[in-house]
Amino acid sequence: MAKIDRLEKTDGFRVVGTRPDRPDGVDKVTGRARFGADTFAPGMLIGKVLRSPHPHARIVSIDTTKAMALHGVKAIVTAQDFGEVPRAHKATLHNVMAHGKALYEGHAVAAVAAADVSIARKAVKLIDVEYEILPHVTDVDAAMAQDAPLLHEDNFTSGIDPKPEKPSNIDSFSEFGHGNIEDGFAKADIILEREFTTEAAHQGYIEPHACLATFSEDGNSEIWCTTQGHFLVRDTCAALLDIAESRLRVTASEIGGGFGGKTVVYLEPLALALSRKTGRPVKMVMSRSEVFRATGPTSSSSMRVKIGVTNDGKITAGDAHLNYQSGAFGGFIAMLGAMCAYACYSLENVRATGDEVLTNRPMQASYRAPGAPIINFAVESVIDELAGKLGIDPIDFRLMNAAKEGDRSSYGPKYDQIGLVKTLESARDHPHYQAPVAEGQARGMAVGFWFNFGGLTSISLNVNTDGTVTVSVGRPDIGGSRAAMCQMAAEALGIPYENVRTIIADTSSLGFNDTTDGSRTTFANGLAIIRAAQGAILEMCGRVAKIWDIPQDAVEWVDGFAKPCGPNAGDFEPMGIAEIARKTAQTGGPIAGHHEVNAEGAGVSFSAHIADVKVDEETGCTQICRYTVVQDAGKAIHPSYVEGQYQGGAVQGIGWALNEGYIYGDDGIMQNPGFLDYRMPVCSDVPMIEAKIIEIPNKGHPYGVRGVGETSIVPPLATIANAICSATGIRMTQIPMAPPVLLKAIEEHKKG
Amino acid sequence: MTNIQVSTKINGDNCEFLCRPEETLLEVLRDRMGLTGTKEGCASGDCGACSVMLDDRLVCSCLVLGAEAQGRQVDTIEGMADGGELHPLQRNFIEHAALQCGICTPGFLIAAKALLDKNPDPTETEVRYWLAGNLCRCTGYDKIVRAVLHTAEEMRGTELG
Repeated sequence: MAKIDRLEKTDGFRVVGTRPDRPDGVDKVTGRARFGADTFAPGMLIGKVLRSPHPHARIVSIDTTKAMALHGVKAIVTAQDFGEVPRAHKATLHNVMAHGKALYEGHAVAAVAAADVSIARKAVKLIDVEYEILPHVTDVDAAMAQDAPLLHEDNFTSGIDPKPEKPSNIDSFSEFGHGNIEDGFAKADIILEREFTTEAAHQGYIEPHACLATFSEDGNSEIWCTTQGHFLVRDTCAALLDIAESRLRVTASEIGGGFGGKTVVYLEPLALALSRKTGRPVKMVMSRSEVFRATGPTSSSSMRVKIGVTNDGKITAGDAHLNYQSGAFGGFIAMLGAMCAYACYSLENVRATGDEVLTNRPMQASYRAPGAPIINFAVESVIDELAGKLGIDPIDFRLMNAAKEGDRSSYGPKYDQIGLVKTLESARDHPHYQAPVAEGQARGMAVGFWFNFGGLTSISLNVNTDGTVTVSVGRPDIGGSRAAMCQMAAEALGIPYENVRTIIADTSSLGFNDTTDGSRTTFANGLAIIRAAQGAILEMCGRVAKIWDIPQDAVEWVDGFAKPCGPNAGDFEPMGIAEIARKTAQTGGPIAGHHEVNAEGAGVSFSAHIADVKVDEETGCTQICRYTVVQDAGKAIHPSYVEGQYQGGAVQGIGWALNEGYIYGDDGIMQNPGFLDYRMPVCSDVPMIEAKIIEIPNKGHPYGVRGVGETSIVPPLATIANAICSATGIRMTQIPMAPPVLLKAIEEHKKG
Repeated sequence: MTNIQVSTKINGDNCEFLCRPEETLLEVLRDRMGLTGTKEGCASGDCGACSVMLDDRLVCSCLVLGAEAQGRQVDTIEGMADGGELHPLQRNFIEHAALQCGICTPGFLIAAKALLDKNPDPTETEVRYWLAGNLCRCTGYDKIVRAVLHTAEEMRGTELG
């Protein structure tokens, strides 16, 4: 075996840690990059969806006669066009197309394919659906009431032993923790118990869902779509339409944001079904209103948090119960929230329980660190209140109870090397925290946790005949990850960044890859790329050994060159990758590396946020004056894009904290399905976001990478609530803390 | 319904198209002219992803009818680079990592260029308020604002020689 540069390293990087231009940059600043809706096919039809105007209704009949009679209408599909599917895909199918009942306003009831968009829109209006309107429920607590209207009459809460006797809207129950809660509270000098609610926020990606599907007479099908995971699209669509995975090739377009919201199929199976029925390619694009009413959002919630602490600042017990509203179908977000509830703390006695609650709202989808920001708002608010009661600085109080390496986490496993203490210390020492609070402003802070994930990964790395390298990965690049992939390949091979190109391969070109979510891409792809590069290096050393006619183990790879290792190996000039590549025809054919793995060891990460705010007591408006994110990246491959993740997550969290939320009337209809009334932060709402990268290497990755994409949205809700409390003396227990809500609280507070 | 014939100029080139009376300029650009660099984020004028210049005015092309382009000059992202050379804003957006997913980027670039054409020396606040009509969900705006301020400084330096 040839000797190669050590694969694992934590220093001495040449390319990793620099800030090169991203490889897709020019395409994206010139308008050339092709996103979901940017493609066309000859003979293409346009598909549109008819959606339920009722939040809960039995579909008595669907009459398509008038719509089909409209000139230019080619096909209509309804639930009848889909057969039985495996149990695991039933909820997805029933969300994609209502079966028997419409479960939320916006639920797809039928889909039309027509010659152009204007005919398709007219046709949708001509479909005659007879509904029997049923009572509905959109509030999480109301949905849990004994007499609440049932979404699924066959839903018996899972996770409870024995199985409940009556069906309910509680889809599942989960519980985490260790120790003895009662004992813990008995040791406490101060016990605080508080209740909180949060409203659902949408992922808010600017690019609506879009796809183009082509079903061919020979059974081979293609989908082009905007997604975080095209392998997931392939497998799901194949199951929903009963076709072999090998027959369906899915190509991921450039993706205009996702944040978890594009990890679910919505249009793709409909477009494929319409294409199957018409024999023509079918393109479908959602309107913004459809995006709000029928995709995402995250859960709304009601929560109870109880924490006990001794007078000298030690937390003796933490308890929490989470009710997360999961929309019309069950989910797993309350479970994730319960796991994250106390993950920042080293606790002897801890318990967190969660209920996933069905309501007549769109099926909940993951949103950046799904479940974590919601419960973090509750726990970190109580932690802040306790620090205040004890008269301990909020960061010092957290440091006194912070989780460390070797501690048992509140959700089960023991922590490996983690960076929470360093993150908190760095926040405490940050110029922002050290600076006096400006006149008229107030400060708050909070800390947050996210797991990060690895998962199924398959990549290939080809050495071209001119010595440049092409890396094929199977996860869409949602925020500049191709740059990081090129950097890691260049680092491992010892070649310039510019000589590596990374492409997102389609589903027929690689083995299965888990979706771009869970902050996994740079971690898992990177790990596979480094190992694939190692494979290619070994092969190249073998080829050089052949050329030099010396044993393979007499060749070593140093800084991108094959060299004889030691004087006994012979006297040869080092041979670079270009020369080796040029000679491949004579030495055994093309050179490649590949790696397939279920990547484990994604390191958890922690983020500490500091906000200075100004509250206008006449309007209830909160202005963010200064904001800092301190977060552990393990190793920042491309620091600019790591900072970008910190800044972007923080501002999403600011939006959720201060403005964003689904508004429902008594009629169960979403009242703000547009960007004017669902108000996300705009440029003038926020200051610069200071981003401080901490690097505590993750032992699970050759270069120490931890995921960085999600943790930054976890602390902002509590950070801002804590700052508002400093400013006004009011402990807000409701998200969003929108001006009317805060104004009301201020007025009540003044009345005493 | 009868289509309308429109003669206009897009990115400096004379062109003609037919469109339905209710068809927006955004739909014409994307679906008839193949200029998909202009994006649809909301179709209601709230996100700015479809920003183009209509004569000297920054508009949301989703709020302009295709027929209104008659006799006017439309400038889109596809016309921003000068041949093979990127506009300084385009270059600085890449260098400052001012884009993540890139869907809002064309709209931001058109809007930022409109600002710098009017005001070569904007303050941070002026940049933030001018760009408040463009939504970006990825970046938190920090690097976008820096890229625009840096471009302004660079272009002023160029003009001063």
